[in-house]
Amino acid sequence: MSHGSRNSAFEDETAAFSNRKPLLLLRARIVQSVREFFISRDYLEIETPQLIPAPAPEAHIESIPVGDRYLHASPELCMKRLLAKGFHRIFQIARCFREGERGDLHLPEFSLLEWYRTGIDYHDLMDECEALFLFLAQKLGRGTGLHCRGLDIDLNTPWERLSVETAFERFATIPLDQALLNNHFDPVIVNDIEPNLGIKTPTFLYDYPASLAALARLKPGSPSVAERFEIYVAGIELANGFSELNDPLEQRRRFKKELKQRVSLGRRVSPMPEKFLKDLSNMPETAGIALGLDRLVMIFGDARTIDEVVAFTPEEV
Amino acid sequence: MYNASDLRKGLKIEIDGEPYVVTVFEFSKPGKGQALYRCKLKNMITGVIIDPTYRSGDSFKPADLSERRMQYLYNQDDEFWFMDVENYEQSALKEDQVGDAKNYLIDNLEVDILFFGDRPIGITLPNFVDLAVTKADPWAKGDSVTGDTKPITLETGYELRVPPFIEEGGKITVDTRTGEYVTRVKE
Repeated sequence: MSHGSRNSAFEDETAAFSNRKPLLLLRARIVQSVREFFISRDYLEIETPQLIPAPAPEAHIESIPVGDRYLHASPELCMKRLLAKGFHRIFQIARCFREGERGDLHLPEFSLLEWYRTGIDYHDLMDECEALFLFLAQKLGRGTGLHCRGLDIDLNTPWERLSVETAFERFATIPLDQALLNNHFDPVIVNDIEPNLGIKTPTFLYDYPASLAALARLKPGSPSVAERFEIYVAGIELANGFSELNDPLEQRRRFKKELKQRVSLGRRVSPMPEKFLKDLSNMPETAGIALGLDRLVMIFGDARTIDEVVAFTPEEV
Repeated sequence: MYNASDLRKGLKIEIDGEPYVVTVFEFSKPGKGQALYRCKLKNMITGVIIDPTYRSGDSFKPADLSERRMQYLYNQDDEFWFMDVENYEQSALKEDQVGDAKNYLIDNLEVDILFFGDRPIGITLPNFVDLAVTKADPWAKGDSVTGDTKPITLETGYELRVPPFIEEGGKITVDTRTGEYVTRVKE
């Protein structure tokens, strides 16, 4: 290889990185503004261990084992234990790890913004999400909207709130009960429903089938659904929140079911998170949410892929 | 066997006895749901495109594809015949399988023929082929400016535009990837 061509390859790499620089600056401003938002609302920023002995058993999330521990897939269990020990409003920006997740919206190592607040339910939490996004837009000098994937999305409240049942009636090619029965729920969500969400305003998709929410409380009066919601902007899923389940017996039953499903799928089975289950009985009524920080930067920066909002992708490290 | 997590652009797999190449690949994972692998697959024989969604746990047979170095012999009706340069076996491709490659097929040209099992399905040409000019208007000196081109016809019947100094009876090099003139061949 000639010296000249080596040089131009290096220049190409530098040029590609200089395109990424504005998004990394945006990322830093978003992180700072997120902290400002939560601190102004009396939330306490906390850090919990990344290495944990027993991740939450979930059928489709792969924790990465390290020695006799696991890298956490989210800080959920430790944060809930803090609520059980007397904290009322906490938030964390955590590096999280999930094996095998790589795509335009996925990195195996990514950042979650999680926050929990006692004494509220999932609809109150949706209100707080609206307030967060409006706060960020204002801090970033975007007024009350954002431009993403060719759409002008209005962040003014109220955002669209759409139940899973209504979304199926409106957009799906097969009915909800049939999709659940045939294990077609996920493909229908991805192919039929997601592209229609978060178009004019962000969308809260809420009230998920009870079987699809391992850590959420069932809706009082309609136990077939769980008080769980997701936020969508321009078809991109951003966050997953719920009224938290705080019944340790019910939680253990659900974890067992998830573990059983993992066994039948031939996946790694981790120990039951006993310390979490023990503390759970002391957790007051709470709502909590995990929001993908990388994707938050993507929608405010109108990035096409998650690769554009991180300093290095796994392939570049 | 490949697993769903091995899927990536360019991977060649067999479905219902036919070879497919992955042309578009998207990983998605809704909420706390299962990993989904949304693909567009192109049938390597018919060109038909399908768009299945796979899940972790799905597995695939690699498409049994091989390339053989072969020499172009002749064409008859809509078949183009080639001979393996090692074992002299002959195989034919249909005209629609040859496609634009027929613009460059001259006797004894060595090409790579793609086989699915023992069935020939595609052709890869050398990047550059030298072809004789069979028809070209003479260069009218004086009325051309730099950058002018003129149409000519090659021995295969292929027509393209070349600089005005190319003459009938000469040879030129053509880039088979773009179909464009590269240079005049000095005899």
